[in-house]
Amino acid sequence: MTQEEPAIAVSGLRKAYGDNVAVAGVDLEVRRGEVFALLGPNGAGKTTTVEILEGYRHRDGGSVSVLGADPQHADKAWRSRVGIVLQGTGEFDDLTVSEVVRHFAGFYPNPDDPATVIRRVGLGDKERARTHTLSGGQKRRLDVALGIIGRPELLFLDEPTTGFDPEARREFWDLIRDLSAAGTTIVLTTHYLEEAEALADRLAVIAGGSLIAVSTPQALGDRQSAPATVSWRTADGTVERKETSTPTALIAEIATGFGGEVPGLTVTRPTLEDVYLTMIGHR
Amino acid sequence: MTALTQTPATAGPLALGLRQGGLEIKQFSRSREAVVFTMAFPAIMIVIFASIFDGEIGGGVNFTQYFITGMIATGLLSVGFQSLAIQIPAERDRGVLKRLRGTPMPQWVYFAGKVIMVFVVGLVETAVLLAVSTLFFGLELPGSGARWLTFLWVGVLGISACTLCGIAFSSVARTARSAPAVVTPVALILQFISGVFFVFTNLPTWMQQVAAIFPLKWMCQGLRSVFLPDSFAAQEPGGSWELGKVALVLGAWCVIGLILCITTFRWTTKRDG
Repeated sequence: MTQEEPAIAVSGLRKAYGDNVAVAGVDLEVRRGEVFALLGPNGAGKTTTVEILEGYRHRDGGSVSVLGADPQHADKAWRSRVGIVLQGTGEFDDLTVSEVVRHFAGFYPNPDDPATVIRRVGLGDKERARTHTLSGGQKRRLDVALGIIGRPELLFLDEPTTGFDPEARREFWDLIRDLSAAGTTIVLTTHYLEEAEALADRLAVIAGGSLIAVSTPQALGDRQSAPATVSWRTADGTVERKETSTPTALIAEIATGFGGEVPGLTVTRPTLEDVYLTMIGHR
Repeated sequence: MTALTQTPATAGPLALGLRQGGLEIKQFSRSREAVVFTMAFPAIMIVIFASIFDGEIGGGVNFTQYFITGMIATGLLSVGFQSLAIQIPAERDRGVLKRLRGTPMPQWVYFAGKVIMVFVVGLVETAVLLAVSTLFFGLELPGSGARWLTFLWVGVLGISACTLCGIAFSSVARTARSAPAVVTPVALILQFISGVFFVFTNLPTWMQQVAAIFPLKWMCQGLRSVFLPDSFAAQEPGGSWELGKVALVLGAWCVIGLILCITTFRWTTKRDG
């Protein structure tokens, strides 16, 4: 397997639950070493797609290759190269943080040092705490610790920072950047656009079971090329709005019509969030 | 796979299984309610029964000698069947199973952990029960090596059947909350019809026949051959201890349980798809 081969290659992926089509023909490629964010509203097919890649669900059609293998037939060796942080936390109520992490380390052929990983996710002072005494954010950190204890080549993070305070979120971002710098490929699903913008090399927007955009966060949210909204007051006093990718030309045209100043003129560019909401709204 | 594929887990299968068993026992021993109820319940039951029926069942043999068999069997049923059929859906709901499924842990390791836990707890709980009964209620322990041997294989086969059926039954409950409601009546009915609370041969014949389908009746019968004089064998429904049949039925339930485990076990909840 060469480094040039993508970490994940998906084409024509389809999955339906009865009459409800969850994923309707997704093509996707995640390169080795990149942080790839998957965005989309609830019910868009995000989790289904990710869980097919993780080997939890069987697909109805299309082809999927993750680290060169079909996750549907995941074996032990493949599992040891993939780290998974699920959306829900599976708790081990009566065990301590250290016991759980050490136990999971034993499942992997080449695990990281448990104490180091616990410190790394910011649970150093909670090592001897029973997991049921942890706060929501701390439990999430434990989830992350269990996801990375096996030194995965590929790490799936499903809404990892839900319930984090802003400071914890920043620390978590630093951890992800560290892992990425060390060569780990990361697939992230999130509802936070600033998180995708901060972490992702590329992102994909999924809606209605299809990919509607794949790009870098800058290009997706780029104000320079995204259509701007120009609004002004017409002669009879009503507000006119026009969306255009050439605002300068439009304003020049309107200005000519007015023979000078345009009353109530505004030009607005969409934020990343606006771009995203427009995309999923137009489906 | 390719050359980059790493070598399999360094820990051998035996070590993996034992580690998982150790983890299960640790979790059990830290859950105080579980320890107290599992360990003390059969002992409390024998206190109640020995106090109500403090006479003789006949031939100079006191009632304790009969009821101990039901209490041992019911203890193994509760450790193997009830606790697993309730605990596993809870772990499934909490996402513990899904998370384990995402690691390189071989599936059987999870079951091995449960089996080890059940055997250890069952052993300790039976020892407590025997100690209490011997000390306070005049129980006479088996007097020959042959009887201890029967005790051993009936116990092991019985708890194996219960454990496998418990794991299989864990797929019946859709949620953790419904599990006790689904499992408890099954155990309770089995106890009533299998001669745990009453002398088996006093039960209506049809009830005896229904009970004979399930393992608990045969566990009790096998244990009666351990704790009652051989002269009592004639009073059994079949006119003898029928140990061959005991082994056959319990063995069959192990096979049925195992097949159901393999074919129906779910690592994720229904809503996970």
